[in-house]
Amino acid sequence: MPGLTPDEWSIIALSLRVALVSVVCSLPLAILVAYVLARFSFPGKMLFDAIVHLPLVLPPVVVGYALLVLFGKHGPVGSLLDQWFGIVFAFRWTGAALASAVMGFPLMVRAIRLSIAAIDRRLETAARTLGGSGLWVFASITLPLALPGVITGTLLSFARGLGEFGATITFVSNIPGETQTLPLAIYTFTQVPSGDAAALRLSIIAVVLSLIALATSEWLTRRVDPAGRQ
Amino acid sequence: MIEVDIEQQLGRFHLSVAFRAEAPIVGLFGGSGSGKTSVVNAIAGITHPQRGSIVVDGKRLLDAAQNIDLAPEERRVGYVFQDSLLFPHLDVRANLLYGRRLRPRAEHFIDEDRVIELLGIGSLLGRRPIALSGGERQRVAIGRALLAQPRIMLFDEPLASLDASRKAEILAYIERLRDELHIPMVYVSHSVPEVARLADTVVLLAEGKSVAVGNPEEAMRRANLMPTADRDELGSLIDTRVVEHDAGERLTTLAFDGGKLVVPLLADAPGERVRARILARDVSLALRKPAEISILNILPGRVTSIGGDEASTADIELAIGAARLVARITRRSLREMGLGVGQEVYALVKAVSFNQGSVGYA
Repeated sequence: MPGLTPDEWSIIALSLRVALVSVVCSLPLAILVAYVLARFSFPGKMLFDAIVHLPLVLPPVVVGYALLVLFGKHGPVGSLLDQWFGIVFAFRWTGAALASAVMGFPLMVRAIRLSIAAIDRRLETAARTLGGSGLWVFASITLPLALPGVITGTLLSFARGLGEFGATITFVSNIPGETQTLPLAIYTFTQVPSGDAAALRLSIIAVVLSLIALATSEWLTRRVDPAGRQ
Repeated sequence: MIEVDIEQQLGRFHLSVAFRAEAPIVGLFGGSGSGKTSVVNAIAGITHPQRGSIVVDGKRLLDAAQNIDLAPEERRVGYVFQDSLLFPHLDVRANLLYGRRLRPRAEHFIDEDRVIELLGIGSLLGRRPIALSGGERQRVAIGRALLAQPRIMLFDEPLASLDASRKAEILAYIERLRDELHIPMVYVSHSVPEVARLADTVVLLAEGKSVAVGNPEEAMRRANLMPTADRDELGSLIDTRVVEHDAGERLTTLAFDGGKLVVPLLADAPGERVRARILARDVSLALRKPAEISILNILPGRVTSIGGDEASTADIELAIGAARLVARITRRSLREMGLGVGQEVYALVKAVSFNQGSVGYA
């Protein structure tokens, strides 16, 4: 396989940018939600948990449509964001990032939640008696101990973002150079008569990217053991 | 000084504990489920009694009536947990310094070097907790609590997970803290030897209530009133001074008001205070002074009370000078000797019945 064409490079760059921005922006919220789900019980927790997990089980088209209705130019959230902050999601790459963040969110939350739940809470109590405020204890004890889950969740969500198709195409359409990520480009090539070769090339690239993401996740989880076991 | 007067409903368990101690080391003693840990958790601010107050060194940590309930991080208590709870993601040095960094410099009274020297942990600094033995972990946990510059140290059964020789080692370190730092401590244990060796004031707990508060001699004799206490552990404490050593025969003579005790050789210098614990079942009684007998300690005394509720045994309390001694004998011996209150008897204690755990610096 000869070198990649400039078009292919730009598709890869856009896909990576969309996936990266989506995980970076959703990570803080995912940590917060995972912490709340792991540590607190409150009325309506089941419903809250179900809503967080919804994108995992809903048809992606439904999520995309819901985003379109809410965050579209004339949607209730989208119009306000446009008016107040000048942030527009509709038919922009930022919308693709939002779609992939929403779709990857449950995966991220699940992994982080599991590793927070596995922490011995008395370690946090000990840290409090040593003079640490609640927030400081969270930053210095809870979060470092949950690091394996944070890494796993982030990479899972990143890989999910690279592969995101249904919600993205429904929400922000398939605009080359703006919202046409790797899966959308592959889909486009399969729709034209002479596109087979190009679709195959992009598919191989997708496989390679996914393998790299998985291998990185595996390598990091093995390396980052907070307790320092060899 | 520490003043505790709290009431707390924990599920179906009701905690109602009150004591006040000037003494540097308070022993909280009781069986499992007696509420010992609940009391230290309340002192540390981990749990919140519905009623009452806790004052340490004049500082009000809790006063339910005035809505004072300081957060754990504001209380300055050094809590040493049963299973050390070192932070697994930090090395020993970072564990030690965790609390120190969080206290303002003006509150510092002990520095890192001193703690490392006191606890002998200099060679462990770069290690992770997972690479430490149980005894090492507990020493680091004590150091970590000390460096958080506490007003008071709380020990919750710190020796429970250690074997006998480690126990003796950690006890010796805790004694060093008491003698060199003069920091007040609350020491929780269900073990008579530990409490007897360390505490100046003992609080007896049973079923969530403080049933007796007093000096260790008094408390240990009352321990037999407690349904939860291990009856085999009933004993007496005698405060003595080292008189002389016999290096040849490897024996040490101790003097107390009431007589002398011969025990296996101790390391303490003549003149030093030593507290000896004598188990009730190690004491025999005789009506006449025995002769031609292997027992080295023959102490004349007078019967002050006869107790014990078990069918086969009786606990005879004796006054030997100002000291008190309890002897556990069978009901049959009691009947055959015709013992009664006020009677003069001789208490016999084998020198070999003392061991390292029962004689220690007081």
